Amino acid sequence: MAITTAPGSVREAPRPASPARPARTGLGRKVRDNLTGHAFLIGAVLCFAVFSWYPMIRGIVMSFQRTRRGVTSWVGWDNYIRIVNDPSFWTAWKNTFYFTVLALVVGYVVPFFVAILLNEFRHARGYLRILVYLPVMLPPASALFLFKFYAYDPSEAGLFNAILKALHLPTSQWMQSPEMTMPAMVLASTWMNMGSAVLIYLAALQNIPGELYEAAELDGAGIWRRIVNVTIPQTRLILLLLAMLQIVATMQLFIEPLILANGAGAEDSATSVAYLIYQHGFFQNDLNGAAALGVIMLVVLAGFSAAYARLTAKQD
Amino acid sequence: MSVPQYRKAAALALVAGLGLSLTACSTKSDDDDANAGGKVTITVDCQPVGAQKELLQNWNADVVEFQKQNPDITIKSVSVGEQCNNPPDFTARLSGGTMTDVFYGYMTDLQQVLDSGQAMDISGYANKDSIPTWDSVDPALKEVFTDNGKLYAVPVKNYSMGLVYNKVLFQQAGLDVNNPPKTWPEVREAAKKISALGNGIAGYAEYSAGNTGGWHFTSLLYSQGGQVLTPDGKKADFNNPMGKQVLQNLKDMRYGDNSMGSRQLLQWGDLLTNAAAGKVGMFIGAPDTTQAIVSQFQGKFQDWAMGPLPGQDGPAKGTLGGGEGYFFKKGLTPEQVKAGLKWVAYQKLTPGKGQFDYVRAKPQNYPVGLPQPLLFANGSEAQKQELELRKANANVDTANFALFEANPIPIKGEPRNAQAIYAVLDAAMSGVLTNPNSNIDALLKTAEDKVNQLLAAEG
Repeated sequence: MAITTAPGSVREAPRPASPARPARTGLGRKVRDNLTGHAFLIGAVLCFAVFSWYPMIRGIVMSFQRTRRGVTSWVGWDNYIRIVNDPSFWTAWKNTFYFTVLALVVGYVVPFFVAILLNEFRHARGYLRILVYLPVMLPPASALFLFKFYAYDPSEAGLFNAILKALHLPTSQWMQSPEMTMPAMVLASTWMNMGSAVLIYLAALQNIPGELYEAAELDGAGIWRRIVNVTIPQTRLILLLLAMLQIVATMQLFIEPLILANGAGAEDSATSVAYLIYQHGFFQNDLNGAAALGVIMLVVLAGFSAAYARLTAKQD
Repeated sequence: MSVPQYRKAAALALVAGLGLSLTACSTKSDDDDANAGGKVTITVDCQPVGAQKELLQNWNADVVEFQKQNPDITIKSVSVGEQCNNPPDFTARLSGGTMTDVFYGYMTDLQQVLDSGQAMDISGYANKDSIPTWDSVDPALKEVFTDNGKLYAVPVKNYSMGLVYNKVLFQQAGLDVNNPPKTWPEVREAAKKISALGNGIAGYAEYSAGNTGGWHFTSLLYSQGGQVLTPDGKKADFNNPMGKQVLQNLKDMRYGDNSMGSRQLLQWGDLLTNAAAGKVGMFIGAPDTTQAIVSQFQGKFQDWAMGPLPGQDGPAKGTLGGGEGYFFKKGLTPEQVKAGLKWVAYQKLTPGKGQFDYVRAKPQNYPVGLPQPLLFANGSEAQKQELELRKANANVDTANFALFEANPIPIKGEPRNAQAIYAVLDAAMSGVLTNPNSNIDALLKTAEDKVNQLLAAEG
């Protein structure tokens, strides 16, 4: 097939400069030659600038200011000192880390094994995928209200308590028990979000050449050995990427405490960092303190992401 | 057009479109329209939402009538939701600078509104000329909206808390509907009898989440004669026998008698939903909670009555009060301020008009006869007129609120940094309501330390 180059496109061979026109500078020429690309780029850059970068920079600036009586002044680290001294600061971080670890153990591992299981099915695979993905299509607020009012009802009429009772197991107070608050939130969150991870894992699993499994089987590898020696190494990149995305997402825990625990939960057991930001910003007339806490969270997540990138780069 | 030209055109269109969208997102000053042709235009919020059919009709009729009487003033109504001041929305609008010219706020919002720099000093405008009933408005309410001698809002509603109870459940439990509990031990006994009806009914219900637990702890503490902060506002003052009594009463009912139901961590809407469904015997609240039970949660007026807030061994030593008003946005022209005051005066402060148009409200599904709003000073001319109209047009049995009205309890306001303190106190409330082994001393000590820490950090 012949490759043709449209006139005026970026692939066009350079023409000799017309003697009537002054010579263009390198930058101007580059811009002109890539006008289409730049024009498209402006749209994306503007969107990011307006909706991501500007609010981020504004938040950082606000975290060093205090607005009182309509007058905004620079206060240095005062907001950070105040926010670190907030009685709920360390509780919020402890709860958030606890949720992240639990979510990593449950919410990260379970979808992987569900994907392996689904991948083994020869029949009804499509239906099963829909079933697994269905909760993702449910708006998060609706899904959480279902858990709150039906599954986690602390009376014996609650779905989970009814099941436990039928099995002659002790019932739970669920969200009303400080010990159960986090596991219950992780359970609901995993159910809500598992579908997307399962689909991504499934796509990765289906890219693994069948010969690898056949060779492993010929070598006498059982299912567990095949998972450890074939599946995990072959999906390592996806696994690592999803681990990072999962941690970054779970650290921003907000809607689960807001809906399931009506905010802070029993004895502050559900207070997360993001919820504390919301409290300061929208209830306590302290947008500057909220901004400072937001910046602290940004730094923690950026630090984690950088460490992750460094570690994975070394492994590669 | 060649393919690359199409691409360029598409790219330019995209950029232009984006630019236009951004321009469209930006706010435009209404100043140019404000006084066009000698006419004054003001935007006012808290217009009822579409679901509140009759209230919306009333509001729109008020606007039409007001504009007829004042042809030089145009009112642009803005609805901000069923609850005119949902704190997160209010803060977002305030921070975003999107408040209307005349905007609704709670008494406790004054500091936040002042900090945002968006409130206008209306001291020079609010008087008998702009608001004919101004001299009748309770001076204590004006004082709440005053800072450093300057008035920032016009009060339009005032409330205090009492014991709201379900007469049907009282009757079923064999309790005297005309003699509600007057002390907390009596509340406990009544709650025990009501919850014995079974069917998931809570004898007494209480908040413990979303800062509402701390809010009610404050009122319960006032009933014991306590206070949340020391008079200088610098230290917590609830870790004492009165604070302990508040939590002990609740713990006894929750776990000693199992008379508060199994569902806890309740917020405002949760409790009122249960109440409307006939699942709550008693709770503390303002008279207009019965209105919310009916208009928002499908309950019935005739089921509810109200008594004064109980005390520990006799009448309560205090109750929590609050209210709302209309602020004026900074930067309004004098004509706009005068027009705004005229509107507020017409719709909120004139007996027989707007919120006091009881003749209009009587056939509607909204209560006439509630002891609220306590807006006009005792013995004032406007109060007399309002009471007469209320009595003549009552559509609820005023006897249901007679005890509450006949036994006034000293009203105390909310503490400074109320929301932050309430957030801390939520944990103490949820502690006694969700943990049978909770240690009240430890809960109060933790809350005290946290509030002191918070106050110290605030400076």
